[in-house]
Amino acid sequence: MPDARESRAFEAQIDQWRDYLLRRQAIHSVDVAELEDHLREQIEALTDAGLAADEAFLVAVKRMGDLDSLSREFAREHSDRLWKQLVLSPGDPGDSGLSAARVSPDAVVAFVLAVAAGLAVKLPELLGLTLDSDPGFYLRNLSLFVLPLLAGYFAWRRGLDRRTVGWLGLAFVAAALFANLYPFVPEGDTEALTALHLPIALWLIVGIAYAGGRWSEVAGRMDFIRFSGELFIYFVLIALGGAVLIGFTAMTFQAIGIDIEPFIEAWLLSCAAGAVLVASWLVEAKQSVIENMAPVLTRLFTPLFAAVLLTFLGALLWTGRGIDVEREVLIAFDLLLLVVLGLLLYSVSARNPRSKPGPFDVVQVVLLVSALLADAVALWAIASRITEFGFTPNRVAGLGMNVILLVNLAWSAVLYVRFLRGKGAFARLEKWQTDYLPVYATWAAIVVIVFPPLFGFI
Amino acid sequence: MDINKDLIAASSTPIVLAILSEADSYGYAILQRVRELSGGAMEWTDGMLYPVLHRLERLGHIEARWEVAENGRRRKYYGITARGRAQLSEERRQWQAVDATLRGIWQSLSVSIADIHAAPFAPLAQEV
Repeated sequence: MPDARESRAFEAQIDQWRDYLLRRQAIHSVDVAELEDHLREQIEALTDAGLAADEAFLVAVKRMGDLDSLSREFAREHSDRLWKQLVLSPGDPGDSGLSAARVSPDAVVAFVLAVAAGLAVKLPELLGLTLDSDPGFYLRNLSLFVLPLLAGYFAWRRGLDRRTVGWLGLAFVAAALFANLYPFVPEGDTEALTALHLPIALWLIVGIAYAGGRWSEVAGRMDFIRFSGELFIYFVLIALGGAVLIGFTAMTFQAIGIDIEPFIEAWLLSCAAGAVLVASWLVEAKQSVIENMAPVLTRLFTPLFAAVLLTFLGALLWTGRGIDVEREVLIAFDLLLLVVLGLLLYSVSARNPRSKPGPFDVVQVVLLVSALLADAVALWAIASRITEFGFTPNRVAGLGMNVILLVNLAWSAVLYVRFLRGKGAFARLEKWQTDYLPVYATWAAIVVIVFPPLFGFI
Repeated sequence: MDINKDLIAASSTPIVLAILSEADSYGYAILQRVRELSGGAMEWTDGMLYPVLHRLERLGHIEARWEVAENGRRRKYYGITARGRAQLSEERRQWQAVDATLRGIWQSLSVSIADIHAAPFAPLAQEV
């Protein structure tokens, strides 16, 4: 090899080639190592024959063959790989020696934290606080057993500086104080509201840790939105698997006359807590593989939800019936807006902001507008009778959430229509959504901090 | 001379097994040996050898191991197994049968061609 500068350029070329190969899911890093050895030997032979280094590189790459057909051949031979990617191993267990027995520190930390979360849930039992004796305590504090560990995991992964870690820690301590120092009436409304809203507020703290310094950027917050969606999907999958496992365990032990139900009940919560951390780690580790799960689901359900809402509005008009204002109506419409927001968020997160408006965007706007109309009708019905019902904490919290979601979706609809008419960039919508994240957390924090004293801790 | 893709694919198994039955080897050297043996007639696309090797490994005909080569690079060596040898002799039997058949027909053709002209049949022979 000639002088240092040339050999550096040559190594850079090889690096580029290697990265390009590694992007193919069917070609694993061990195979790339094997192919690289081949490439280098070929290049050496060619330079010995008198070619210049860069010429030799080009010829050797060409002889290696067209990468698309090569990766197709690899995929045909290793069709299992595309699936095996979903499991932990960075290489094939069969390719012993090279990658076997190398567990990433990430995995170790994630599993240790998962076990810690599981044990943390059991810790209060040592102080005599069991799930049966004080369910309220567990309800209020459940998120505090898990989310600090999750935030800690990301703080470690992203290498957050001490100051940020300090602030995040402070937020968790404050949350713990508010959740536990207020004299809640057992099983009262405000206690349930705290249990429901504390995780929402704390999720923002996790987000700040997740974004790791990129929280101020739209892209950083968007990544966190994607992460949240994928985490949810992974968690549901793990929970389903866990349910099957529990079912079989109970069944088999019952067959030999042992009732393990108490044992399962005692550890179920711990397992769920641990599963959150494992799922988070999986999302991180397997990002590239099923990154597109949430967007695929949104694509599937956006038209269906739009159709249902349009039918609902049509029926409302046709029959002239008013909405029967029951206790649950507000919650139902909150959930509806939440689902619509989810559908919007995950199609926004997966959309290429540079592509032109298409038919799916129209469906999205139809969904938004019909959801807004349906919610407006419901709000109207509730508002006209709110004085009659009185302001309970549940109703105020429900109304507040509804207004927040309504404002978000209404402005989103405006931005979306502007985009469809070619008067605004899609990035505006993205920015609006990511800028809005702190609003949910702030509202949730208000519910946790202000509501209990405001309503007398009932 | 370009050899038909299907023919290359079909012959890759016996060729690789036979080369490995001479001695353990690795991808680049196997390709060199193929070139040498065929006098340059068999031009494999380099990368395509590796899926073939991995398939033979999966079938248990060959075994792979990583070693550090004399130049300091890690290199994956392949060696034939007992099962591979059995497969090789089976392949050999089959190819010999094919070869014998073709030989027979070439011979009778060339006898009749020699009577008329030799030339027009050359392209036909290549198409096979």
